[in-house]
Formats: sequence, structure tokens, C-alpha cells
Amino acid sequence: MGDGMDTDNNDEVWELRLYVAGQTQKSVAAFANLKKLCEEHLAGKYRIEVVDLLENPQLAKGDQILAIPTLVRKLPEPIKKIIGDLSNTERVMVGLDLRPV
Amino acid sequence: MKNRQKSGLHAVKVEKVPTGIQGLDSITSGGLPRGRTTLVTGNPGTGKTMFGLEFLVRGAELFKEPGVFVSFEENVEEMVANGASLGFDLSKLCSDNLLFMDFVRVERSEIEETGEYDLEGLFIRLKYAIDSVGAKRVALDTIESLFAGLPNTAILRAELRRLFRWLKDRGMTTIITGERGKDSLTREGLEEYVSDCVILLDHRVTEEVSTRRLRIVKYRGSEHGTNEYPFLIGDNGFIVLPITSIGLAYSVGKERISSGIPRLDAMLSGLGYYKGSLVLITGTAGTGKSSMAATFVDAACRRGEKAAFFAFEESPDQIMRNMASIGVNLVRWKDSGLLEFFAERPTAFGLEHHLMKMIHIVEKINPSVVVIDPFSNLPDVGSFKEVRSMIQRLIDYLKGSGVTTLLTSLTSGKRDEEMTDVGISSLADTWLLLKTIEAGGERNRGMYILKSRGMAHSNQIREYVFTDNGIDILDVYVGPEGVLTGSVRLAQEAKERDREEALRKEIERLEINLEKRRSIMEAQLAQVGKEFEYEKNSLANEIDKKNIALKAIAQHKKEMAVSRKADEQGEG
Repeated sequence: MGDGMDTDNNDEVWELRLYVAGQTQKSVAAFANLKKLCEEHLAGKYRIEVVDLLENPQLAKGDQILAIPTLVRKLPEPIKKIIGDLSNTERVMVGLDLRPV
Repeated sequence: MKNRQKSGLHAVKVEKVPTGIQGLDSITSGGLPRGRTTLVTGNPGTGKTMFGLEFLVRGAELFKEPGVFVSFEENVEEMVANGASLGFDLSKLCSDNLLFMDFVRVERSEIEETGEYDLEGLFIRLKYAIDSVGAKRVALDTIESLFAGLPNTAILRAELRRLFRWLKDRGMTTIITGERGKDSLTREGLEEYVSDCVILLDHRVTEEVSTRRLRIVKYRGSEHGTNEYPFLIGDNGFIVLPITSIGLAYSVGKERISSGIPRLDAMLSGLGYYKGSLVLITGTAGTGKSSMAATFVDAACRRGEKAAFFAFEESPDQIMRNMASIGVNLVRWKDSGLLEFFAERPTAFGLEHHLMKMIHIVEKINPSVVVIDPFSNLPDVGSFKEVRSMIQRLIDYLKGSGVTTLLTSLTSGKRDEEMTDVGISSLADTWLLLKTIEAGGERNRGMYILKSRGMAHSNQIREYVFTDNGIDILDVYVGPEGVLTGSVRLAQEAKERDREEALRKEIERLEINLEKRRSIMEAQLAQVGKEFEYEKNSLANEIDKKNIALKAIAQHKKEMAVSRKADEQGEG
């Protein structure tokens, strides 16, 4: 199982989407935490898209966004959602199914 | 304590939004508090979602107030299907920009919590929904689902408090639904956030009959009915049946409508029933209650008015066949669509269902007259008290709609005839009592008007018969032992006919006699005239003769004097 996960991690591009509502403290913190984590564990194979719902409120429906900030792992599938400012790195890793390198 | 102080300071009357839900607005004297949140709570299956949905649909359709429906349990397709079951076309309302539906799904297994967050996403979605249609009304069904989806209840509670404040600030009249808890109004204590208006829905089964009830637990700053009100959910949405709120406020007209029997109209001070009144016909078996009812319906259709016939005993075909035998042709009215039959076994459904159906039909076809034949079968399906209260509600409803209602009720011969099964006689405006009169070895039908409010009605007991041309009320024959009916009446009629005949003959004879006398007299007169003529002539002759003689004498005298040479002045 561990092996398979490793190969997955090596091949695939991680598509992450962070939903925020304006430049709030929580949003800024979430983006910083995410960026740091990705650089550490997914360097070179991740993409982060930030969606500001204040600008595009209609996008909230698609991913069933309620809480802000919400991180959605679009790829690899299945879709995962993590809510909060991502300050607890360990839980983010669990939520994203990321294994420490 | 605090609340009381507050309402004391702000003695401003609560502005209300009519819900458009039948009956509810009269209980709440105007609707729900405008710009506030109302909590609708109840056990599963009590109709909370439907309540919220109808609130929005009526708002859009009747008051041009667009609405937002946010469901936390069902997706948009399911909501559209729900709406269709109440006859609402939600898709159309959406495309007309009168309704915005959103499905908010929270799946705990998909969500990982890490760090601080808020529910700004929900606010943004709501704001987006409200802005897209310019909503005035919002329904959240049921926001309690969030408690299952989000682990951090501290955040959730804080955010809910913020949400209700936010909705209030935007002037949204909101309905939130909640599941009833064991000891509290809602499982998650939503009532804690909503302090303006709380409505409790209930669904109970007593004696195998299910009844839905609604109660307004709380309505700050407003008077409201405090009773439990039965309500129905049918093809056209909610109908709350308030008994006390319709009360006796319906307007009454002076217009009259015919009973279909001219001589019965004559008994009712010449004009028939009052329009919009309740006519009760009671009688023992076989006295012709259905026929009276059918005649009434027939008369209405003849005037081109619509009629609804609720049959609880016979099938429509049977009624039409039977009525054809007395010359009342109902088939043509059924074919032309003026008359609609609704036949049902009383035991087929609960009382609530029957009343719901009747009210819906009345709503749908808007008849001018309604017949329930017989309503005395309904008590089979509920307790005395329930039936009585339901029937009162139905009658209130019908009177309020200006429908002239005719109820027939079977009374058993053993009991007091002037009594009905569920004691609704006090509601009746006109009460006809049909009875069999046993005399001279026969049973005959007699009727009288036990009461008829607001008119000088006949006090006679009249016999009536079924003819090939309908019901005919006969003349009264009062004999030494009371009213005569049947063959005794026929005998009496014959006797009177004989007497009349004898008198007529006597008169004829006298007239002939008179004529005879007159001709005799005239003949005699002619004879006397003739005799007189004759006598007159002979007397005139005589007179002439005498005159001539007289002249002759004078002549002679003159001649004598001449011969004597007497002077002329002499003896002459």
C-alpha cells in the first residue's frame, strides 16, 4: 500500500483549489500554510488555484463550499475537503492523504 | 423578564407578511413577522419542508415576493418533485426569477477540520441567491443538518447566530425548519436563536385516523390563536382550518336561491333558501332526502350554476338513475360539466382526508352549491368530537366561500327526530325535517320547516309526493285528526270534489229557473202592453166620437139661434 502511494505521488500532478472570501487573516494564513506544505512535500508537481468567492460567488455551489477557507483536492481523485486555516500541518497531511517524504 | 421589558418599550405593532397559506394568516392575524425569522419545528413527516416551500411559492405567486429556498437535505430535483406533489411548478418559478433553489450538502466523512474557519461560504451563497432574484423571503430546510456535518459546534453556533442577525439586517422574512427534540422544540436548540415566532407541526394518529395539527407556540408582539389547528396537505398545498378565526365574521347576503320545488320556495317566504346558507335536511330512511338534494342541484344547474355533489352512500350512476325515475335529469348536467359527482365510501379515508378533498374540490371548481349526501355517514371515521369540529370547520369554510350547502342526515326513527348525529343543527340556517306519517294503514311522506333563519317561513306540515316531474308538495287537508295524507287525503279530496259538484249543479239549476222567470215576466209584460194598446185605441175612438157629438150639438144650437133671429150675444 505504501509503495503504491509512493508511485502515485511521484507520477501525478496535484491540483488544489483554495476557496477564500477576500483577504482575511484566515485566508492569508491558509494560503501561506498550504504553500509551505506543498513546497516541502510536493515540490514541482502541484498547482494551487485560489478562488475568491467575493468575486465569484457562483463558484461556491460547485464544490459545495460552506466554510471559509476550504481547501479542495481536485486531483488526484477522490475529492477531499479540508476546512480551516490549515494551521495543523499534521491534519492537513492526513486530510490530503500526503505521506511525509 | 427581559423580553417583557423590551416589548413594553417598543409598543410598535409587528409588521406582518401574509404567507398565502390558507387559514394560517387568519390564525396569525396577518402572517409571519416581516423581516424576522420564524422557526417551524416538528417530527419527521409533519410537513415542515412543504410549509417552507409553500411560503415561498405563495409569496412569489400571490405577493410578487421572490424567495430563496436552501435545502440541506434534498437536491434541487427532489425539491422540484416535492413541489409538484403540491401542484407547484418550481422550475417555472425559477426560470421566472421568482425562486432560487440551492442545495447545500455537508458530508462529514469528506471534511477534515484543521484550524480556524467560519461559514462565510454559506453567507456568500445566500447573498448570491438573494441578489439573483431580489428575494424577500428565505427558507432554510433544515439548517440543523449542519450540526451533523460540521464537528465544531462552537463555531457553528456562533455562525448561526450571525446568520440570523445577517438575515434580519437584510429584511428577509425567513423560515427555518428544525427537527423536534425529545424535551425541546428542536434537537439542536434552534429556538434559542429564533425568538420572534415559533410554529409547531404535529402528526397524530388517534383511533386509526391521522390528523395533522399546527400550533403557534410563540409569536412575539402579536396576538395569535393558541389552539391546535388541524391542517391538511393536499394537491394544492397547506390548508389550515381555523375554527375560531373564521368565526362568525362571514358576510351574509339577502340573495335567495330556489330549492327547486316551487311550493317549497313558497313555504320559505316565497323565495327559497338564502344564498350562502347551510340547509340541513334530516329524516328517517326512505323519506326522500337524496331526492330533495338532487332537485336542489338540478335547479342550480338550470340556472347555469355549478354544483358539487358529494355522495357517501350511493354511486353517481345510481343517483342519476334513481333521480331520472322522478324526472330529475342529472345526466345532462354531468355531461355539460356543471355538475360534478364525488363518491367515496366514508371509511375509505380518514375524516381529515375527506374534508381536505372536499375543500380542494370546492377550491377547484368553485361551485355555487354543494351537496353532501349524507354527511351522517362521516362519523363512522372519527370520534364524535373530531367529527363535530371538522364539520364545523368545513361549514365555516363553505359559508365563508359563499357556497350554499345542503347536508342530508339520516335520523333513526327511534331517537328524537329533531336531533342530528353530531349536533350541527345549531349551524344550520334552514332545517327541513322529512318524516313518514302513518295513518289509515299507510305511510306517507310529510315535511315541515323546523327552522329557517331570517325569513317568515310556513309552519305547516305538508305532504309531498314523487311524481314523474319531480317532487310536488300538496295542499294541506286538515281533518278532525290532524293533517290528512295519502288515501285519506284522496278521500277527503273526493268528498270535497263531490260537494263542489253538487253546489255547482244547484247554482246551474237556480240560474235556469231565474232565466225562465225572466222570460215569463217578459211575455206577461208584452201581453199587458198589447192590451193597453187596444184599450187605448178604443178609448181614443170613444173620445173622438164624443167630441164629434159635442160639436154637433153646438152646431145645432147655432142653427136654432139663426132661425129664431136671436142676437149673437144672447143666450150663448
